[in-house]
Amino acid sequence: MDWFTKFPAMDTDRLTALKKAIDLGFRNFTRAYGDVFETALYPVQWFMYRVEQLLTQSPWPLVILAFALIAWLASRSWKITAGVVVTLLLIGYFDMWDDTMKTIAMTVVATIMAIILGIPIGILMGRSNRVQSVLNPILDVMQTMPSFVYLIPVVMLLGIGRVPGLIAVMVYAIPPIIRLTNLGIRLVDKDVLEAADAFGSSNWQRLKNVQMPLALPTIMAGVNQTIMMALAMVVVASMIGVQGLGLPVLKAIANQYFTLGVFNGLAIVGIAIIFDRTSQAYGKRLQKHLEVVHG
Amino acid sequence: MAEQNSGIGISIRNLYKIFGSNPEDYIDAVKGGMTKAELNEKHNHVLGLKDINIDMPGGGIQVVMGLSGSGKSTLIRHINRLIDPTAGEVIVGDEDVVKMNEAQLREFRRHKTAMVFQKFALLPHRTVLENAVYGLEIQGLPREEQEKQARRWISRVGLDGFEDNYPNQLSGGMQQRVGLARALTNDAPILLMDEAFSALDPLIRMDMQSVLLDLQKEIRKTVVFITHDLDEALRLGDRIAILRDGEVVQQGTKQEIVLRPADEYISSFVREVNRGRVISVDMVMAPLSGEPKGMPIKTGTVLEVAAKRMTDSNVPEAHVTDASGTVIGKLAINEVISAMVTPVDHESAAA
Repeated sequence: MDWFTKFPAMDTDRLTALKKAIDLGFRNFTRAYGDVFETALYPVQWFMYRVEQLLTQSPWPLVILAFALIAWLASRSWKITAGVVVTLLLIGYFDMWDDTMKTIAMTVVATIMAIILGIPIGILMGRSNRVQSVLNPILDVMQTMPSFVYLIPVVMLLGIGRVPGLIAVMVYAIPPIIRLTNLGIRLVDKDVLEAADAFGSSNWQRLKNVQMPLALPTIMAGVNQTIMMALAMVVVASMIGVQGLGLPVLKAIANQYFTLGVFNGLAIVGIAIIFDRTSQAYGKRLQKHLEVVHG
Repeated sequence: MAEQNSGIGISIRNLYKIFGSNPEDYIDAVKGGMTKAELNEKHNHVLGLKDINIDMPGGGIQVVMGLSGSGKSTLIRHINRLIDPTAGEVIVGDEDVVKMNEAQLREFRRHKTAMVFQKFALLPHRTVLENAVYGLEIQGLPREEQEKQARRWISRVGLDGFEDNYPNQLSGGMQQRVGLARALTNDAPILLMDEAFSALDPLIRMDMQSVLLDLQKEIRKTVVFITHDLDEALRLGDRIAILRDGEVVQQGTKQEIVLRPADEYISSFVREVNRGRVISVDMVMAPLSGEPKGMPIKTGTVLEVAAKRMTDSNVPEAHVTDASGTVIGKLAINEVISAMVTPVDHESAAA
């Protein structure tokens, strides 16, 4: 009755051998292809570096002005614009400017990459049930796997630093944009699609004129979620050498520096709110045509 | 333009549509006489259309009438192949739509047909003008030309000044005017109208019917109009086909339908019709014998109008004249009135 009280697990030797084999396989893979990946990701690294440089080395009043302008253009709201300026001023006053800029750079680049990759994948998913049934479980894994876990292969493959951090952040942040693009495409009114077909739209015209514009509010909700996920991941990514607000938080955890942790945490909250309100206001403005309803 | 005046005829031949996972497997059985109920119960396939044969002459309004579930919306979608048939031919002009490949079909939809939908199906993120140009935009015409055409039709359907409004800002009737303008801007010889006015309230529906009849005098397109409303069918249709359970039960001119309903189903519809407004004097006049008496009445005049004019001038008899003024028959007031009030059922019509 031993098997009844104790789970009949694989015996330890075989399990160790299995783990070793997988590790060895992956290590060989990284040795063989690590350089290839690194070279392939060189443009990303360059872009990341440029954005970070731009944000950290430009004079701070110009940076605040630029952010205020973007917030105004996106939201057309004085409240949100003022909120952006005040938040950034406070962050600067508490001497977290450089770290914040690095975090924003990372978030922006990760979000842009997630959009560039995620929207086409979402469109494919929205158009084909087969693609959807293949991708859905993968997205489930990406969203539920503890984020620390996929830092491991990324580090093995690319070492530590900005780019592996960026990849880890992007992998964590991309599912919402894929899912919501898929959802948006699928929710487009069938009658309107039929009308587009009846007028002889090609697939591309259908996508460009009907599906994308009508899915856009949903896609924007996905972009918003992606930004939030990217910000949440920034702290975790600091464990593999990503600079920014995450690093002081990590230090604060290790040394029980309560105030340091709270200040940097609040700075993350501050930029999260900036990104969230601005992108949501922009998404709402895209739906202007829905606002005025015939009475 | 010359082509438009004569219009492109549509001829539907032996059209079958079976809905389900393997429609081809049952087409022979259906052709051999399997009923809709049997197909549904035993094989879990739905017989949408069964052996449809309709010839729609170019430049006229063909109405397809039927209650919900009769297959009329399925039928109209076969004309531009939004739905693929299981068997049969749809000849438009001299081409079989069923045999077209994807590129040909797209060209056909762009240049030969335009469609108006029951639920309008406008693009909500585009203004009235941007909706109206849609067909021409798809065709790749220069923007100036698109807008010139679109503005003309927007104005023609009575939406001047609303070009920059979004569909949501308009009432249902106005939205359907946009739908109509979008279809007309496409300048296609065939206009497909799928219950185009069914979602509108009665007064606005009448109004839109007038707009369509008015326009049709000018554009002479081949119009296929789907409706579940017999009054609408009689008002608009040059020819009417009546569908039930995916089969054509009767087709012909409106007078033929009203005077000689093919079966009990159609008689039950026809009974409610204001016959005085549908039947023309030509159907009741007797051959002329001797001198024409009373007042002249033009051929094509409906009974109601004839009766009113005869009673107004207090004459018991009149004669019918054709367009050139030649006398073609005589008319007695009692026959006019009896034709207006006698409900016809299919048995007495056959007698």
